[in-house]
Parts: sequence; C-alpha cells; structure tokens
Amino acid sequence: MKLATAARPLFALVYKESVQIVRDPSAVLIAFVLPVILLLLFAYAVSLDIRQVPIGVVVESDDAQARSLAAAFAGSRYFAVTPARDRREVAAAVVAGRLRGFVVIPQDFATRVARRAWPAIQIVTDGAQPNTARFVENYANGVIGGWAVAHGLAPPAQVELEPRFWFNPELETRRALIPGSIAIVMTMIGTLLTALVVAREWERGTMEAILATPVSVTSILLGKLLPYFVLGLAATIGSALIATHAFGVPLRGSWSALLLVSAAFLVPALGQGLLISVLARNQFVASQIALFSGFLPAFLLSGFLFEIASMPAPLRVLTDIVPARYFVSALQTVFLAGDVWPLLVDDALAMLGIGAVLIALVRHNLRKSLEG
Amino acid sequence: MAGGAGDAGASADGAAAVLEGVGKRFGGRDALQAIDARIAYGRLTGLVGPDGAGKTTLMRLLAGLLEPDHGRVRVAGQAPAVARDQAAGIGYMPQRFGLYEDLSVSDNLRLYARLRGLSRRDDGATFARLLEFTRLAPFSQRLAGHLSGGMKQKLGLACALMGRPRLLLLDEPSVGVDPVSRRDLWRMVESLIDQGMAVVWSTAYLDEAERCAQVLLLHAGTLAYAGPPGDLTATLAGRCFQLVHPARPRRELLAEVLDLDGVSDAVTAGEGVRAVLRAHAALDGLVALAGRAGARLEPVAPRFEDAFVDLLGGAPGGHSAIAERMPPIAPEPAAPVACEALTRRFGDFVAAHEVSFAVRQGEIFGLLGPNGAGKSTTFKMLCGLLRPSAGRAMVTGLDLRGAAAAAKRRIGYMAQKFSLYGLLSVQQNLEFSAGVYGLGGDDKRRRIEQMIDTFQLGPYLRAAPAELPLGFRQRLALACALMHRPAVLFLDEPTSGVDPLTRREFWTHINGLVARGVTVLVTTHFMDEAEYCDRVALMSGGRVIALDTPVALMRQAAADGAAVHGMEAAFIRLVETAAEHPAAAGGAAA
Repeated sequence: MKLATAARPLFALVYKESVQIVRDPSAVLIAFVLPVILLLLFAYAVSLDIRQVPIGVVVESDDAQARSLAAAFAGSRYFAVTPARDRREVAAAVVAGRLRGFVVIPQDFATRVARRAWPAIQIVTDGAQPNTARFVENYANGVIGGWAVAHGLAPPAQVELEPRFWFNPELETRRALIPGSIAIVMTMIGTLLTALVVAREWERGTMEAILATPVSVTSILLGKLLPYFVLGLAATIGSALIATHAFGVPLRGSWSALLLVSAAFLVPALGQGLLISVLARNQFVASQIALFSGFLPAFLLSGFLFEIASMPAPLRVLTDIVPARYFVSALQTVFLAGDVWPLLVDDALAMLGIGAVLIALVRHNLRKSLEG
Repeated sequence: MAGGAGDAGASADGAAAVLEGVGKRFGGRDALQAIDARIAYGRLTGLVGPDGAGKTTLMRLLAGLLEPDHGRVRVAGQAPAVARDQAAGIGYMPQRFGLYEDLSVSDNLRLYARLRGLSRRDDGATFARLLEFTRLAPFSQRLAGHLSGGMKQKLGLACALMGRPRLLLLDEPSVGVDPVSRRDLWRMVESLIDQGMAVVWSTAYLDEAERCAQVLLLHAGTLAYAGPPGDLTATLAGRCFQLVHPARPRRELLAEVLDLDGVSDAVTAGEGVRAVLRAHAALDGLVALAGRAGARLEPVAPRFEDAFVDLLGGAPGGHSAIAERMPPIAPEPAAPVACEALTRRFGDFVAAHEVSFAVRQGEIFGLLGPNGAGKSTTFKMLCGLLRPSAGRAMVTGLDLRGAAAAAKRRIGYMAQKFSLYGLLSVQQNLEFSAGVYGLGGDDKRRRIEQMIDTFQLGPYLRAAPAELPLGFRQRLALACALMHRPAVLFLDEPTSGVDPLTRREFWTHINGLVARGVTVLVTTHFMDEAEYCDRVALMSGGRVIALDTPVALMRQAAADGAAVHGMEAAFIRLVETAAEHPAAAGGAAA
C-alpha cells in the first residue's frame, strides 16, 4: 500500500507520456515508419554486393575465339555488357559515368591463343569509385581465367580452392546490414526521440511546472524512460519481423536473446537522449546534438558499415564508447550465429556500463538544471 | 505527506515567505542582489518590474527551483524545497502555464493531482471544485492545446491550486491573455486572497501594480521599492499635472515639457500632456509653458508608473537627435498605409475579416487587441509578409500584390523584442541592414556613421547585440529600421515588457520622426500604449470593432453610463458591446 502510494506520481507520469506518444504523430513516425524506410534503404540501396555492373567489352578482332570470350562476359551475372568494336566508343561512356569500366580483347588475341600464350587482355576501370573498380577488376580476371582454363590455355589448379563463408554463406551484405540497421533505428528512437520530447517539455515550460511539484527527480526520469523503453522494444520486434519475413534474414538465435540485448542497448540510448535534452533544452539544438553524437557514430563507428578492425587506432579507441558498436556486434551474433552467450553477455555488460554512466550524468544535471 | 504539515507557518503573525539578503548570480552576472522582503498571507503581493529585472529568478527561488547564492529564502518557516513537498505547500504557475497541450483538461488535472500526491478517491470533489471555480467544467474533455489563451490560463491556475496551497506563485499570468480573461483572473485571485492565501503575481505591467496590496518593485536585479503601491505614489502628491486642451499638437508640446528643468517625467495623455514635477521643483516653468500653449493646467492624481520613473531619476529629454537629422518626408498624394476589405483565411478560420482603414501621413496609428484578435495577421499583410485572401493592402499608393518590392522599399520594419542578428556585431548589423536595402559606397558609409553618431553606438560597435544594455539594443534596432529612410515605419509590439525609461526614449524618437512626416503603424496588446497613438483600431475576433482617437474611444465606451477607467476597461466595454450588437460594430469599423 505504501509502495503503491509512492509509485502513484510515477504511474501518472508514465500514463501521461504514453498518451502523448499515442497522440503525437512524430513519435509514431519515428518509431514505426522510419524503421521501415531505413530497412528498405539498407536492404536495397546500400547493398555492397555487385550485380549487373555496366561495363563495355571491346572486341578488336572478329574471330571465333574473341567472340567466345566476349560471350563469356555477356553470360556473367556480374556484368551488364555493352559490346563495342573500338575502345573510343566506350571510353566516353566511362568518363560520363554510364559504364564502370571496359575490357579490350586485342587484335592479336586469336594468334596468341593459337600459340597457347596467355592472352594480353586490357581491363580499364573507373577509379572514381574504387570499390566497384576493384570488383570489376577481380571479376573480369575471374571470367578471363575461367575461359582460359576451359579452353586449355592454363592448367587447372592442382589444389582446388573451395572457399566457405561462415554465417553468411552467400556473402550477402544484406544479411549483415539489416541486423546492423536495427541498431541505427533503435538509436533514432532511443536518442533522437527522447532528446526531442524532453526538450519540448523545457520549451513549453511544463518541465518547470513538474519540477515545482513534490515529485522526485527519479520519478521524473523513470516516467520518461519507461514508456520509451517499451516503445523501443516494440520497434525492435517490428524491425526484426520485417528483417526475417520480408528480407529473408535468418534469426539463428532466440527472440529472448534478441530482446535482452535490445533492452541492454536501450539503457545507454535513452540515457544519451535524456542527457542531450537536459543540456540543450531546445528541440532544434537537441536534434542536432542527437544526430552528431548518436546517429552518426552509430552509422560510422559501430562496425555496421565499416569494419572496426580496419580503422586507424585513435578511431578504434573511440568506438569503445559508442554503445551501438556493442549492439551491432550482438545483433549480428544473434541473427547470423545464434545464442553465443559469452559474446552476448560481454556486449550487454558494456552497453549497461555506458548506460549507467549516462543516467548518472542525467541525474546530476537535472537536479541543478534550472541553474545557469 | 502528512495532511497537517502545511499548518506549520500558518499562525496569524507568520509570514508566508521571507527573503533575507537574497542574491543570485548567473554566469558572473548578478540576477538579484540583496533582496529583503516579507510576503504575507491573505494579501496580493505584486512582483513588478520590466523584463530582465529578476522577477522570474525570484519566483523560482520562492518555488524552490533555484538555490540562492547569498542569503536565505523561507516559505512558511521552511526551505522552499521542503515546503513545496507538502500537500498544502506551494502552488506555482510558470510562464505559459505549464500545461500539456496534447492532454485533455481533465487529464492535466489528474496528472497534477497525482504529482501532488493526492489520493485518487478525492479526485471527484477536487476537480469539481476547481472546474467550478475556473468555469472550465464544460470543457473538461477538450485538449488543452485547443483552449483559448484565457482558458489555458485558468487551467494553469487550476493545476497550480491542486492540493490547496497556502502560497500561490503566478509568473506573468497576464501575458498573452485577452483583457476579459485578465479581469476574470483578477476576480479569482481576489477570492483566493479572501480565503487567506498568499498570492505573488509577477508582471511587467506597471498598471497592475496599483491593484496589489503590497508591491516588490524590481529594477536591474535590485529591490527599488517594497511596500503598498499607494505609499510610493503618495510621494508624488501635488507634483502631477495635466495640460488640458492645448492649442498646439500634443506631441510638439510634450517635447518642450520634457525639456523643462523642473519636469521629471511627461507623457501624452488624452488630448493633452501629463507632466510630473521633480521634488521641490517650482511650478512656474510649467505654468508659463501652459500659458504659451493655450492649455489649462490641472492637478491630477499620481500613478504608480509616474512614481517608478521618478524613482529611477526621471525621463530622458524630449528631443530626438535621429529625427532632427532625418530629411523631412515629402507630402504624399496617397494615404501612406491603406487597406480595403482586407481578409485572410487559414482553412476555415478567418484570422482577419474585411479590415478597412486608411492611415494619414504623419500619424501614429495603433492596431490594438489581445493575442489572436487578428492584429498580427493584418499587420503582416500590410507589410507584405502575408498574402491576403481577399481585399487590398496599399503602402504609399503601391499595391503590395503588384509592386511588393517597390512598396517594401518605403517601409521600415522593427520586429518584436528588437530582433537583431545575435551572431553579428553591432557594426555588422548596421552594415547588413544598409546592404539589404541596396545602399552602397559612400552613401552607405555616411548613413552608418550618422546612425552611430546620433545613437551614440560608438563604444559598442564590436559587441554582440545581446551584450548591449536594453536601451542601446532598442536604439540599434531603430537605427537598422531607419537606415534607408522609410516613409512608413511598422512597429510590432515595440515596447511591451520594456522599462519605462527605455520606453520614453523610444517614443521620443518616434514622436520626432512623425514630426518629420514619417507615418507609423504600431501593434500592441498593451492597452496603455494606445495613449501614444493618434488613432486606434481595436481588433477582436478578426474584426475591427472600433476605430477612433483614444479619447473618443473612451467616451464611446462610457456612453452607456458605466464609468470607464483606462484603455483596457474601455476595450472590455467595447468588446462586450460589439458582441451584443454585431451590426453596430461593423458600422464603427467602416
């Protein structure tokens, strides 16, 4: 009974916040529409695989051998081939960005093949897009190698390499990106949305009115945290369902593990949002800080797009305090590997640790927030 | 949360709150210094002063939201943070009322009841009492965001009254509220005082001070006066005079009155000029001037504002250096500002309905009305910021629809609160406003130098506008608006919340400019500002309900026999009359 009396203001705050979430179109937009848009973007636009890269194939001689190699390029699923007789026809298209590169099958190709010499094929790629350029080079070499072996120009390798990629056998970046993008979505909900709603209370003067009532600072904090915690988990479940059902990403681990790591991540994400709003007290400034300190690190420094191990040392150290880094790693574990508890527990503890520091900072700053 | 804890300080002789040597600093600046005051139960204490004087800081100290750096604050004998946490402790209504706009009226009440730790069982009786008191019962399911300004204020008051506080703190409750609702609020507060509550009401409007039993007058963080307002105004007994029916234009006369040695303060009032003599000053100067001007000199009762200006050392002189340097504006063939059946709709909502008037050259024309009356909408259409849905707006004979750019070159615009570019220095602000109106080369340099010279901005050229004293910020804003020598000056809420000395200096400049042929259109919700205008259009609900000289409007309001004191009371009368006879109101506007 006594506990119930003490918790009454908290219930009232949670109820108020929930009503506001339901009535505020921007909250629903950030929590449920934005994830769908982001997942679609990451699934289709940010795919790092290459497929149907447009290239030119210049066949300078008209013999059967050259046409057979050209046909091998045309048959590859990695390339969309524009045939040409002269390199000048396609060079301009590369400069204009319509083609990513071209391959030149020289005039003396047939004679060289007849002499069983390795044919000198020229590969020109568009260095303005280094990643794609490297893909074009490697895949083109692969096509040429395959053709050469089939035509008995080179001996088949003694030891045949048969690469196996664990966890993501088709090496589809989508499978690694979608779990990672859930981390981005959750950062948006946890940090951006929370930063905005508390800043709004400062702007409208309601925070001041609440601080002037007997309700404790802890209740005010919990009253903000709990509803957004639930909203964040709901959005996680929604995003995970989209990932598994719409994009065919496997969920090898369990739902409970997924919810546990998500819950652990929400602590620092919400803590960061509250800290921003307590310091900024203005929706515009709060959203800017949330983007720079929440969204961008989650995007760039979490290992979601760029591998942390290949970052320069100072940046690598910086990623240690980005909570999204641990969440991305935990999500990839749960989705692609399974419930590997030692890894998940380490990640969860790191997130909770950062969260505890942030919440302590919020508490400290909220107490004296009208000062200064 | 024991029920009787609030009685600790409720003994008959106990003060509701005591401040002893209270000081508060923000970032190295003194917001408050050495404040000693007592706030009594059963009395209305007015916390009065211009914007930035420290009113909100003092309120927050009393509410326990801030800790003083020096001295001691006690509420009912306890620290405010302790007193606040008791059921019958402190009720606090912050500026903008602290309401959740996306919650309904009853949701807001319920939230504050829980936050105050009240039991759910008592909700029915408590809410019924508060809704009845504020007359909000019919609107209990409406979202707070959909209430009018006046109803929001009542709901804010109801939330602050939750738990029957013994001390009620109202921070600028009358800002953004129409005069009728303001009157209702006064009535509610009076009944609370009768029940023995201590009420602190903070305001920048000096006329509100006269209605308080006790006044704490703040100026620049110090307590300029504490005591009954009548005691302060009594010090001016025998020193206030009205020059009635002068044969000369009252603004011309005002400038001369202000330049008299023995005069502490003067303003235009009614059809004449009101003057306050310095202490122990002889009356002869004023008598001689009144004789020359063909005016009758009558003693009048002092007002609180007179006393405040006197306390601050008197008003500045009556001549404007800038106006004297402006070349006179040639007489215009067309009315400088005119509108015909100007209408603006936002969806279904008609913000301005068939507004028509014509402003004469060299006139100060006021658009008066509470927030939401349509004056800002009308104003924006007249200076080309908003397209009318119907009707025409003309500036110096140019239609704003067809020749907007040409019309805008004849307009000088000064936005609310002297909005200047905060990240640019004073010099850069001046250069920007010269550049934006196409001044360049020697012309630009000369104009800027002239502005710096006449407004004495020299020492501040590299400072940011926010660092300037308020008076200088006002001069800078005026300098920027006058840089291109406009024929028409638009002023949006130019002096609300500004201290009376700064306001007097401002109107001295405006009066000087008008004498040079500049036409001035001013909006304000501050009814007393009507005294500076030659003619006033009163707006309510998107319509002009009355248009005339301030004196004639007062007479019109008093026509029904009811005594009317001040422009605000006149406004309320005219709004009520317009509501009773809508057709007559339309006639008044034409």
